[in-house]
Amino acid sequence: MGKKVTPRQKSECLWGWIFILPTVIGLIVLNFIPIFQTVWQSFFKTGDFGKGNIFVGLKNYDKVFHDGEMWQSLINTLKYAIVEVPFSVVIALVLAVFLNRKMRGRDAFRTIFFLPMIAAPAAIAMVWRWLYNSEFGLLNHILGTHINWISDTKLAIYSIAIIGIWSVIGYNMVLFLAGLQEVPRDYYEAASIDGANGIQQFFSITVPLISPTIFFVLVTRVIASLQVFDLMYMIMSTNNPALKYTQSLVYLFYKYSFTQGNKGYGATVVVVLLLIIMIITAIQMIAQKKWVHYS
Amino acid sequence: MSDINEKKSDHYASMKRKQTIVNVIIYAILIFTAITMLVPFAWMILTSFKTVGESTQVDPFIIFPSRWRMDNFVTVIKTMSFPKLYWNTLLMIFLRVLCAVLTSTFAGYAFARLEFPGKNLMFSLVLLQMMVPVQIFVIPQYVMVSKLGWINTIWGLLFPGLVSAFGTFLLRQAYMSLPKDLEEAARLDGCNIPQTFIFVMAPLARSSMVALGIFTAVFAYKDLMWPIIVCPDTNSTTLASALAKMQGQFAVNYPQLMAAAFIACLPMIILYVIFQKQFIEGIATSGGKL
Repeated sequence: MGKKVTPRQKSECLWGWIFILPTVIGLIVLNFIPIFQTVWQSFFKTGDFGKGNIFVGLKNYDKVFHDGEMWQSLINTLKYAIVEVPFSVVIALVLAVFLNRKMRGRDAFRTIFFLPMIAAPAAIAMVWRWLYNSEFGLLNHILGTHINWISDTKLAIYSIAIIGIWSVIGYNMVLFLAGLQEVPRDYYEAASIDGANGIQQFFSITVPLISPTIFFVLVTRVIASLQVFDLMYMIMSTNNPALKYTQSLVYLFYKYSFTQGNKGYGATVVVVLLLIIMIITAIQMIAQKKWVHYS
Repeated sequence: MSDINEKKSDHYASMKRKQTIVNVIIYAILIFTAITMLVPFAWMILTSFKTVGESTQVDPFIIFPSRWRMDNFVTVIKTMSFPKLYWNTLLMIFLRVLCAVLTSTFAGYAFARLEFPGKNLMFSLVLLQMMVPVQIFVIPQYVMVSKLGWINTIWGLLFPGLVSAFGTFLLRQAYMSLPKDLEEAARLDGCNIPQTFIFVMAPLARSSMVALGIFTAVFAYKDLMWPIIVCPDTNSTTLASALAKMQGQFAVNYPQLMAAAFIACLPMIILYVIFQKQFIEGIATSGGKL
């Protein structure tokens, strides 16, 4: 028994561990242990005046189930995701197809569409808040309306989703452009000889061939949109009547943990978020078998 | 015979006409989208030069300021200590990029090319970190930072970025796609493992390191929640979180808010315009490789 350990193997083991050590220590301290700490924390309640940790078992989870604010924020988050993801993905895909050929201004368009991606969300949100201003905002002026974009309890979450779409289209588009480069040109030539028009080509060639990219963008966008925070935090002031109908799960997490100092309940919210993300991602993984074609 | 030819050319002409119409529609959509992308930025810049009176004038609605005043910028720079904010942001970005690229380059290589016991188990740590929403780390990381006394310091801002699971994954992919012969050749020439890595392999992964660097920088710059939590003090925080603070302070003085937003966005926009290709490709290749 026992294979002989060559000096080379010894050396690989030594250097392998030396090379990964900083990363592994960092991941364990910063990420691995904190996962358990957060789950553990969710069984505690922070005492009055932010002092002390009182073990309450599953009470926080029981509270979550009966917490109207929590359910409302789950609905808000899902509404946001249901609007932001499909629109940003479809618009980005169409734009990518338009730009995926030799044409004048291609690079300029790409640069402009990507621009929101490099601006700080804090600044973007401030600008949009100003555009949305009901009295003096540019948007109401152009449309000739008097809509309360961000204080109408029914509308506000969609107004925020529009900012989300606007911010992320360029990013999705660039990912699609990279995917489109892998599609061989002759497929399109063959199809147009057969008389397929652009729209037919889009559905019968482009979509199936880049379905892995579409799937990737969808999964990552869904996960990211369920974690939306910046826009709500920046757009909705605490006295906005629509706040209740726009605050996302992560916003609640922030509010409970750091504004109200109840880290136990905040931890519970984030554990619930983790479970929701896992379930939705698992559903997507199962559904992909029906429509994603890996070559 | 000539009849058929005529029909053919007719058909050809109509195809061509159709193509032109399609092209016009495509350009119209692209230009409309481009305008939609640019208008918020343009409006930010225009408003930042207006007085409050001009910005709230609705009848008639004015697009351009009557004079290009610098007043808002002067006020905002006086109240906000922007040099400090720039410095904090820059330092945080620099340290995060340095840490991420350095640790990931080493770890990525080991995970891609070296065989050692425990490798797969350790790599599952990397995957686990990437699968879990980041908010799950926030409370314990905050507790650690406050125990270390790093609240309102640059070390607090850097803390979650000390290592990068994503970077490790990205660099591992990069090393895996490199040919094996180079390593073999280096080894036959008598290079040991660190020499092979530093002189042969690491330089070949340079483009991925640059991509990771840009990716890390942009997302560090955009990050809002962590700096709000860990650096609540307006002098020790980043541009993004200072803007959030400021919004409460200046309430409805939109020209001043827009001036501040403009100042905060400007350096990244300038860098982007100069290095647009690297930016787009860096973020796309990193983002797409997950």
